[in-house]
Amino acid sequence: MKETKDDLKAIIEALILASEKPLSIDRMKEIIEEASMQDIVQCISLLQEEYREDRGFYLSEVAEGYQFRTRPRYAPYLQKLYKIKAPKFSQPALETLAIIAYRQPITRAEVEELRGVDAGGVIKNLLDKKLIKILGKKDVPGRPMIYGTAREFLEAFGLKDLKSLPTLKDLAELGERKEPAQAELVFEGNTEGTGEETDA
Amino acid sequence: MSYSVKLQAFEGPLDLLLHLIKKAEIDIYDIPIADITRQYLDYIEIMKTLNLDVAGEFLLMAATLLHIKSRMLLPVSEEVDQEEEDPRADLVKQLLEYQNIKEAAFSLDKRDMLDRDVFVRKAFPEESDAEEQQQGVDLEGVTLFDLIEAFKKVIAELPEEAAHEVFAERISMSDKISFILETLSTEDNISFYDLLKGGRSRPEVIVTFLAILELIKLKMIKIHQAAACGPILVYKAVNEEAVVSDQ
Repeated sequence: MKETKDDLKAIIEALILASEKPLSIDRMKEIIEEASMQDIVQCISLLQEEYREDRGFYLSEVAEGYQFRTRPRYAPYLQKLYKIKAPKFSQPALETLAIIAYRQPITRAEVEELRGVDAGGVIKNLLDKKLIKILGKKDVPGRPMIYGTAREFLEAFGLKDLKSLPTLKDLAELGERKEPAQAELVFEGNTEGTGEETDA
Repeated sequence: MSYSVKLQAFEGPLDLLLHLIKKAEIDIYDIPIADITRQYLDYIEIMKTLNLDVAGEFLLMAATLLHIKSRMLLPVSEEVDQEEEDPRADLVKQLLEYQNIKEAAFSLDKRDMLDRDVFVRKAFPEESDAEEQQQGVDLEGVTLFDLIEAFKKVIAELPEEAAHEVFAERISMSDKISFILETLSTEDNISFYDLLKGGRSRPEVIVTFLAILELIKLKMIKIHQAAACGPILVYKAVNEEAVVSDQ
């Protein structure tokens, strides 16, 4: 099959449209044997250009592949179409996901230490939703299971790969930070005066 | 002094502490412990009066706060150099870390989330839509009883099979074998029962048992039972010739 560049672009468009999951470049190359990797990459960026603004959907690079996704601003209509209420992650679920995403591989005990509360239920829930997966067992006494994010996590949050998560440092810079006041002890007791404090 | 306290659902002690710190506009690196501790305990009091379950974690944090407070009340001894650690350091570190996590969670929530902000083509909803139009069935009119009825039918047709997911625990026999041999290198003998009871799960018990059988086959251990119903003891085989005896 001898294909022109336009054909190739159309083929890729068709493949991405028909694919149920984000389609990786490697997979495209497998399917369109005659095309070069370089041409495929080029066609993808042409497609991305074409679906840039005035369309209801765009070509998203997600979970190490490509997928057509509807534009966020039309979400209310899509929610009506699918007759679904927008899924909302609970705060515990989001925090636990964030911990696992940033600190993987991680054990349940380590998650709990960071959040200061039990995480068993949340972890089970995230496992059920396939957002996280068991990576194995840690080589410490008790052999606890270690968890990491699954591919579905990338898809759910529109992430290209784990590296495209904003770094914690970036996040920290959003909030204002001060240098730690080192070796400067402030005595509450002196300012408190009489024993007015409620002691347990 | 009165605190107008709106009780929010706090996720845990760290969440509550961060909230108190933010509300009071306190520098997280220089927390007035006495003040925060008092507010924290007030909160717990309220939770108790509301009959909310005050989880152990909250009480543990209360104890930690009081401990830090007491340490801060102690005068700094002159001999100890200035670098002595602030009693609050660990807590501050924990709080900062938790704050980071909250920010990370927030930024995740802000992303264009699948099935909330962005949607992809799905085969399923399309089909159900078409069906709906054809048969004029109003899906929303289905009662709970209809669903239960349908569910019962599906269940009845299902082959009997446990539906829960089982994560196989990987216990290797060679690990068990070396464990048994190791135990026998320090102990003269070990009871068969104890060996099996050491297993935490069914597969582990099975693997332990298989390991014992394997060791007997290899003539590396001996099994003895003194009395008819007495304890079965596992010994290390003294030499290659040693005959494996009894059951």
